[in-house]
Amino acid sequence: MTISRREVLGLGAAAVGATLLAPGLRLIELARARSPEEAATSLKRWGLLIDASQCGDCDVCVTACHEENGVVGHGRPATDAQWIRKVTLKDKQTGYVQTLPLMCQHCEEPPCVDVCPTGASFKRADGIVLVDKHICIGCRYCMMACPYKARSFVHEDTTGQKPHAPRGKGTVESCTLCVHRVDAGKIPACVEACNKDGGKAMLFGDLKDPESEIAQRLARAPSTQIRPDLNLNTGVRYRNI
Amino acid sequence: MAKKPARVPLPTMQTYKGDQCVEPTEEMRRNHMNYILHQRDETVHKGIRTVKHSLKNCIDCHADPKTGSVLGKDGFCESCHSYAAVRIDCFGCHSDKAAPEAMRAASPRSEGTQRRALPRRAIERATRTARSEAP
Repeated sequence: MTISRREVLGLGAAAVGATLLAPGLRLIELARARSPEEAATSLKRWGLLIDASQCGDCDVCVTACHEENGVVGHGRPATDAQWIRKVTLKDKQTGYVQTLPLMCQHCEEPPCVDVCPTGASFKRADGIVLVDKHICIGCRYCMMACPYKARSFVHEDTTGQKPHAPRGKGTVESCTLCVHRVDAGKIPACVEACNKDGGKAMLFGDLKDPESEIAQRLARAPSTQIRPDLNLNTGVRYRNI
Repeated sequence: MAKKPARVPLPTMQTYKGDQCVEPTEEMRRNHMNYILHQRDETVHKGIRTVKHSLKNCIDCHADPKTGSVLGKDGFCESCHSYAAVRIDCFGCHSDKAAPEAMRAASPRSEGTQRRALPRRAIERATRTARSEAP
């Protein structure tokens, strides 16, 4: 069968949700996928809210991301690709240690796009920052420009790629916010894994929709960008760091 | 008079699913690269994920059921490309294997309930599979 069990279950859940909730409630919008022939629009801006106080010692987000996108290492940490990583912060005064996941911050004004000489690094209408590997020449300017060290260069031949996540030697890659899942109306793999097996620290949603849970939670309580001084207006926001 | 044997063996590409490609065969032989090129920009930059002219769709239909791949000596893509001496760049990054669910033989399921519940893309795919299995 061409439809996976997961898709069927997901659609079933969406259908149940649609019947239970009152009509007009915007919560349903999130669960509904854009139709495949429809282009991404700037009416939406996808983002994440990460609550560092909920983020524990685990790395299920990293595992889930790399599993979902077929990112495999060669046992060489200095050059292996990483789309998301756990960062440990320590307060030197008090010794308080906390960890948080760090990935492409999907900036509104992405420096990686500014410096790209070929236009391979680009921002999609809905705010997702991507690399078009068809036109990436592997110059790695974007890796230099990114203040979050979010991008990786693929140094070696790749095998066993996922059909939805092509990756190859000589190109730069980074978190795509699981764009293939988002286009299908699903949430990124890291968020799904964190909510299932982790500390429920991550929330994904549309920052431009005032009714969305992420926008409401951002409006209710303080949050921060990493390096707000750079005025990049990141799509990934943090809380409690 | 017997036909002179070709210096280069002819491509052995075979199709395994369906009786009709997404465009007429002659058109696909000559212009498949243009269709894929156009679709790639639509998908990467605009997020348009229609199945019809996508590389993934090519692979899902044309992969050899034995290897699950379009590459290899008798692979649909590779056998013809090596005959024509044209290098394929696609598979430096893209997977040459069909999605597992495309390779698996479709199990009989009630079409009626699916049609209502699924998005157009899934129906497109399902219809194609159903058609390819018709005797």
